[in-house]
Amino acid sequence: MRVVVFVKATEDSEAGMMPSSDLLEAMGRYNEELVNAGIMVGGDGLKPSSQAKRIAFDGPSRTVIDGPFAETRELVAGYWLWEVRDMDEAIAWAKRCPNPMPGPSELEIRPVYELADFGEAVTEEGAAIHGRVADRLAGA
Amino acid sequence: MAADMAADEAQRAVEAVFRIERSRLIGRLARMVRDLDLAEELAQDALLVALARWPESGVPDNPLAWLTTVARRGALDRLRRDRMQARKHDTIAREAASEDDRSIEEIEAAMDDELGDELLGLIFAACHPIVSPDARAALTLRLVGGLTTDEIARAFLASEPTIAQRIVRAKRTIAAAGLAFEVPRGAARQARLASVLQVVYLIFNEGYSATAGEDLTRPSLCAEAQRLGRILAAFLPQESEVHGLLALVEIQASRLAARTNADGALIPLTEQNRARWDRHLIGRGLAALARAEALGGCEGPYALQAALAACHARAKHVEETDWARIAGLYDRLQAVMPSPVVALNRAIAHGMAFGPEVGLRLIEAIAPSPALRDYAPLPAARGDALFRLGRHAEARCAFEAAASLTRNTREKAFLLARAAACA
Repeated sequence: MRVVVFVKATEDSEAGMMPSSDLLEAMGRYNEELVNAGIMVGGDGLKPSSQAKRIAFDGPSRTVIDGPFAETRELVAGYWLWEVRDMDEAIAWAKRCPNPMPGPSELEIRPVYELADFGEAVTEEGAAIHGRVADRLAGA
Repeated sequence: MAADMAADEAQRAVEAVFRIERSRLIGRLARMVRDLDLAEELAQDALLVALARWPESGVPDNPLAWLTTVARRGALDRLRRDRMQARKHDTIAREAASEDDRSIEEIEAAMDDELGDELLGLIFAACHPIVSPDARAALTLRLVGGLTTDEIARAFLASEPTIAQRIVRAKRTIAAAGLAFEVPRGAARQARLASVLQVVYLIFNEGYSATAGEDLTRPSLCAEAQRLGRILAAFLPQESEVHGLLALVEIQASRLAARTNADGALIPLTEQNRARWDRHLIGRGLAALARAEALGGCEGPYALQAALAACHARAKHVEETDWARIAGLYDRLQAVMPSPVVALNRAIAHGMAFGPEVGLRLIEAIAPSPALRDYAPLPAARGDALFRLGRHAEARCAFEAAASLTRNTREKAFLLARAAACA
């Protein structure tokens, strides 16, 4: 199964504090372990929400909201994409991650929807559009 | 009740950590004791110790070092207790003399000096050419994938005793040869690597050739093969054919959800709903193919097969398929990996690229090949070419002949439907 593992933001990450060289090194070793185990298939760190924009929808209206955003605990500071056998395996790998932040922090593991999960809601046309979009993302 | 559930959860957490470490632990222990059975037993004993201790002490910072230390102690205990055979005795006794009185911390520190290639060494041992071909995949799944004998038996549609016997014999062969569980270097590596790649592809195909839904173990073989491919690519990044194989399995796996209908019937490539192909896997496959080609591996058999799979993956509609390119790739594949099946696929591709009469001529040319005599895809391809030429009566006979040759009931139904459509 495919999961996204989110690194939740903290006040430090939102302040743009860069990780220490020790943490960078530990995270590098951890990522290497994930790759060597055939688990990690993608991931990145994200800049603070002060550099982010939100687009708010309400019916036909669209409003652009400038960051930073207040609800720090709900923000994301980074993510991985993993291929694991099951949730237990994902949890075991996530637990051995070095604490990504100087203070208390959280990872969140979210299984990825696949097109098949949407079942009858997906028409062929709808699926074709999704396929085209994903194609461009994959550079196919 | 709550306590039971907490205990159950703790046990699952320990087992999940153990599953992550199991193959590397066995790889380390095998190097130490040169005996896979013993290595597996020691690993299992170490799990029991972890199950007893970790729920209270917490998972150690370096679980692999911890488990290795416990297993090594177990090996020494057994040594003292059982007076094992002289050869094993020599191997461990040397280490025992120097390490027995060292503290755990010192042993753990020593563990950090490990080469870190024990998993790769284990894969190379399980796929060693001295092991009989039908046992290599089973042993790899057991040691590296952590599958049980029962799971492997179901995956290969074999009985459990058959698989158990295969694994036992393979382990004996490896022990008798005195394999060191090292990663081969230099010229020796190429021959050994070919065998490893073959095993990974065989595991993938066992999963891929299964029809969906009947037994979930089989599609999960594809996932095991993909994981093995990724591990190999991580450890052997300079080997172009490793990336070629990884590209091939990732792209083929992208079609898993699209290649059967709700009843489990096989849908041919040209009829598949391409929107159901997994674009994430296609992207990964194309990236792996690009790495293989960048390393100068364009003419490798796996890279060529991956390039073929990529042609289909890139075509958003079947009409966009670049058959001329596919025909050219089959010409090159035929040169580096000649086989009757490749020749047939080459004929089909030429027929799609340059017209059914060209395809039919090539099919007729290889039809006498003894290897293809009872091979259903041959008359099926002939039937398709004849149908496209408007020779419906002959096409019908060919489809019926193909239907009578296949043992796959769903494929038979598909071919009979094509025969009926020739009326």
